[in-house]
Formats: sequence, structure tokens, C-alpha cells
Amino acid sequence: MDFRLTEDQRALRRGVRDLLEGRFDREALRAAVDAGGALDRALWRELGAAGFFALRVPEEDGGVGLGLPEAVLVFEEAGRALLPGPLVATHMAAGVVPGAAEGDVVVTAVEEGLVPWLDEADAVVGDASGAVPMRSVDPLTPLHRVPGNAGATALEAVLLTAAEQVGSAERTTEAAVSHAREREQFGQVIGGFQAVKHLCAGMLVRTELARAAVRAASLTVDPVEIAGAKLLADEAATGNARDCLQVHGGMGFTWEADVHLHLKRAWVRAELRLPAARAEEAVAAGL
Amino acid sequence: MDLSCTDEEEEFRARLKAWLTRELPGLPPKPDPLDWPARRAYDCGWQRRLYDAGYADVQWDASPTQRLIFLEETELAGAPYVGANFVGLLHAGPTIAAEGTPEQRARWLPPVLRGDEVWCQGFSEPGAGSDLASLRTRAVRDGDAYVVTGQKIWTSHAEVADWCELLVRTDPDAPSRHRGITWLAMPMDAPGITVRPLRTLAGSAEFAEVFLDEVRVPVENRVGEENDGWRVTMVTLSFERGTAFVGEVVACRRLLGELARTARKNGTWDDPVLRRRLGRLSAEFQALWRIVQANVSEAQATGGVPGAGGSVFKLHYSHARQELYEAAAAVLGPDALDLGRDWTLDRLSSLSYTIAAGTSQIQRNIVAERILGLPKGR
Repeated sequence: MDFRLTEDQRALRRGVRDLLEGRFDREALRAAVDAGGALDRALWRELGAAGFFALRVPEEDGGVGLGLPEAVLVFEEAGRALLPGPLVATHMAAGVVPGAAEGDVVVTAVEEGLVPWLDEADAVVGDASGAVPMRSVDPLTPLHRVPGNAGATALEAVLLTAAEQVGSAERTTEAAVSHAREREQFGQVIGGFQAVKHLCAGMLVRTELARAAVRAASLTVDPVEIAGAKLLADEAATGNARDCLQVHGGMGFTWEADVHLHLKRAWVRAELRLPAARAEEAVAAGL
Repeated sequence: MDLSCTDEEEEFRARLKAWLTRELPGLPPKPDPLDWPARRAYDCGWQRRLYDAGYADVQWDASPTQRLIFLEETELAGAPYVGANFVGLLHAGPTIAAEGTPEQRARWLPPVLRGDEVWCQGFSEPGAGSDLASLRTRAVRDGDAYVVTGQKIWTSHAEVADWCELLVRTDPDAPSRHRGITWLAMPMDAPGITVRPLRTLAGSAEFAEVFLDEVRVPVENRVGEENDGWRVTMVTLSFERGTAFVGEVVACRRLLGELARTARKNGTWDDPVLRRRLGRLSAEFQALWRIVQANVSEAQATGGVPGAGGSVFKLHYSHARQELYEAAAAVLGPDALDLGRDWTLDRLSSLSYTIAAGTSQIQRNIVAERILGLPKGR
């Protein structure tokens, strides 16, 4: 038993992080927010070329041929960078919907009565008839509401969404810590105050708990374990974003700080696939 | 990432399981939880069985994965807990193994593994609990002995212990209070020691005040250098936080299963709020078990003492376990007020988890300062 990442897995994670830092840094993120939620098709194709969508498609079918544990690492990075778009749905459609694997086709799906990125998508998995646009809380996830809550979400999609939540939770922890080490009040950096320190420590604990759960679930692919991982990952992403906002004080409440973008996306992901109540029921049923 | 075990490890697991299946039915009945001399005898008897079957060494010398399998399987089978042997097996033993001389290891380690000798922990003092470095018990060198005078408190199992891992101040004028501390192995039958049991809120006398009046401890009982006891202590505490709770996570998962069965029987399972609460707890204990595996993998790879990751685990675990007993009270209803139920006593005992082995507040400081790199402060 060795629960650590292999050398190849570390290299994969590093590669994806470098790619996203180069192609979707903070400036690109803020530009995307200002652009009002249009999908960057060129970036989508670059992700396709890098194997983001074809990661789990077998090599003989032209894919990368890696597994769910590797996909989880890649989606953690996407969550860190707040990469927009129906990433999980397109990844799930790779090898099924022509063009999805290459990033030429944007695929979205109906989940929990919601459809993200409906206007930008080239294909929709599920029945989106009667879709009504909402004013989405997340400026980078346009949403439509469809009647009913039909559509069982694939386990892998739930887990990859949880992985994005873990990446976001990790990022907001880093943001809070770095702010706490720089911001001075009462003649010292605020990170020296226990009240602030303890918020940050709580964020790390939530992240580590969720990360261990998500990575283990990617190995066992056990439905109960995946439900538990989603539950803890949602809590880590939303809880950490809120605590990060608190550590930033008044600055955290402004549009200029990035933390609200993490919080809003975390809310959307929490609602989109296996929300808390059903996740808790699923884990309880396993007892 | 690989959670599977090697063939060799699976073989070890199968052998251990078979042995537990044979051994457990023949155990004597459990003693009264409030009777510590009886508990010592029971716990040491179990340790002796492990020793005779060749499993005692696993607790220290096996690979971390093998140790994990040992803890997992003994807990799943409902085997007795280390109990009175806790300090010897999980604190003092590993510390002596890491920091002791060959003579010290030969003198103290085998009796712990055989269940012949029981240790207690003489760290805390009335004025030095969470602020451990402010301890005042003094030791003055007199020939081949240290003469120790002072008072210890919250000393678990002191009444039934043979040895005490004792922290003393050997240099009151040291430039920092972390220096000038020394780690001694004190025999509990030495003249000058008075043990006064303290009653806990659970009603049991599991720990005690220990008064030390010019107790002579041979210099050869010193582990590590004189005045270097703080460093030795940090080794002890990292064992305490890093690995001492591993088996308990498995125990909690077992308890949660029992609780769900009880809830299904008495109808409380039909309450969706309670059911979801148990689901959430189950997800947390499952994740805690995965963190244990991650920490063990890290320790196995680095071959070292468990790191600050133990604090991440301890912080969440101690709160989750208290939540488990609160949920149990909701399932049991009025029965949760009956001290005749194991659950009730365990619920009371669990109140110590966020205090013992470093309070949650201290653990948060450790996580913030040592892992996140935030500055030391107030």
C-alpha cells in the first residue's frame, strides 16, 4: 500500500498546473468574468489537444489511456484555476460524442434540473426541452433550469466534480494564508493572531479530509465512498471560500477579490451533482 | 496511489484473522471499567497473548502497512484495546526505541511488549498543561542520581504503573524554558512518591496526582542528554499524535455500524435528520481512515517519526468522535442517561479527546505554524 502520488502522477499534475497557469492565469480569469461568461473556444481546443478530455479514452481509440485517479488530479487543478465551462460533461462525453475528446465540441448535461453553459454547448446529454435561463449566481457558469430533476449522474462525474471542489478548497486556503502573512493590523501581520490562525488551520483540515476521501474513492470507485467524498469536498470548497473571505475582511467582500468567484462556483458544483442531502442518504444507506 | 496490499501483507492479514477467531472466544470476561487494577490485569493478559503468538513486535518493528493491518484487524474483530499499556506501547516505548541506548532498550522494551510492565506519563503539572514547557518539577544531580521534587497531574494509570516517563527541569537558569528539561524513566515504587487518584467526570479514577518528594532516580535512567528533554518529548508527542489513534478510527467505524443497527431496530432510523447525521459521520470516519493511510504511506516512505500531519488528523478525529457519541445519545434516547450502558460511559470519556494530547486549540496552532507557516504569536 502506498497512498502517495507516483512520479508519473506528480509529473501529470505539474504539467496541468503549468499549462493552466500559462493559459488561464488570474488576468485571464478576470477577463473572462468581464466578458460576461462567453466560453473561450481556443482554450477549449488547447485543453483537448493536451488530453484533458481524452484522458480516460483508451489509447487504441486515440485517447491518453489513463484512469480515474489521474483524472481526479487533473480536475483538482481545474478547480484550483477556476477553469470555466462544462469540463466534467465534456470529459464524460469523450469517446461517445464525436469531437468531444479533441475539444472541438462542447458538451453539457442536464443535472439536478440544471443545465450549465446551454447556449454555448454543441451537444446536450439529457432532455433540455423547456429550459429557462436563470441569472446565475456564478458569473462564469451560465445556468438554465429545466422541469423535473431527471437524469441520474454517473459516479465518475460526481467524483470529478468533487475533485474540482478539492482544488478550489486548496486554492482558497493558500489565498487566506498568503493574505494573513502580509496584511498588518494592530502593528503585526494578522496571521500572528490565533483567531485568524485557527480559521486557516480549519481550512487545511477540511481540505486534507476531502482530498484523502476523493483520491481514495478514485481508487475504489465505491458508490458509497464517492458519495462521502462529494459531501466532504462540497463542504471543504464552500466552507473554505467563506473562511477565506472572512480572513480577507472588507477586501474579501469586494468584487475585486477572487474569493467570491470560488464561493459561487463551489455553490454551483455542490448543487449540480449529488447535493448534500442525497449524498448523506447514500452514505447512510451503506451503514 | 495504490491502496492494495502485497501478497505477503495479505497473508499476514489472513493469519492474524484466523488467530483472532481462535483466540477471542477464550478470553476472560471484561472487567468493570472503573476497576483499574482489574483492567491492568486484563489488558496485560491480552498483551501477553499477543506476545506469545508473535504479534507483539508488530506494534513497533513491522512495516507501517503491516502495523496498520494489525490495528485494523484487531479492532474489526473486537479484540481488547491496549488500555493500561497505552503509554508504554504508544509513547514511552517508541521514544526509548528511537532515543534510548542499547542497554535502555534491552531493559525497558521487552517487558512492555510482554505486558509485564505498565508505564504512565508524567508530563503535565498543575501549572503546565497545554503550556508544557513551563513545568517546574525540579531534578538536582546528586552523585549517580537525580533528586526529584515537584508535582505531576492528569497522570493516567499512575496507580497501576511500574514506570513513569517523567519530564523534569534540570537547569532553571537555561536561556530558554524549552532548554533545561530532561526526560527520565522513574520507577513508581521509589521512596518519596505519593499517588493520589483523581476522579474524572466519568466517575473513574483513571488518572492521578503524583507528588514527588526528593525521589532518587538513577542517572542511567535518563533518555537523551541532560537538558535535551524537550527534543526527546517532541519525539514522544509526535508518536502520540501521529499513530496512537490509528486503531480508534477503526473502532469508530465499528461503533457507527452498531449504532445504525440499533437505530434500525428502535425506529429512530426513520428520522431523516438523524439518518443523514449518521451518514455524514460515516463519510468523515471513512475519510479519517484514508488520512491514516496517507500518513502511514508518508511515514513508510520517509522512514521517520510521524510529522505534523498527525495534528491534522487528531484535530478532526477528536471532534468527530465526540459527535459520534452525541449522535448515539440521539439514537438511544433515555437509555443514554443509563451509566450501565457502555455508550454512556464512553460518551463521558470522549469529552477528554479535545483536551488530552494537546488541546484542539494547541493543535490548530501547530497546523497553522508548522504546516501553513504562519508566524508565532498570540
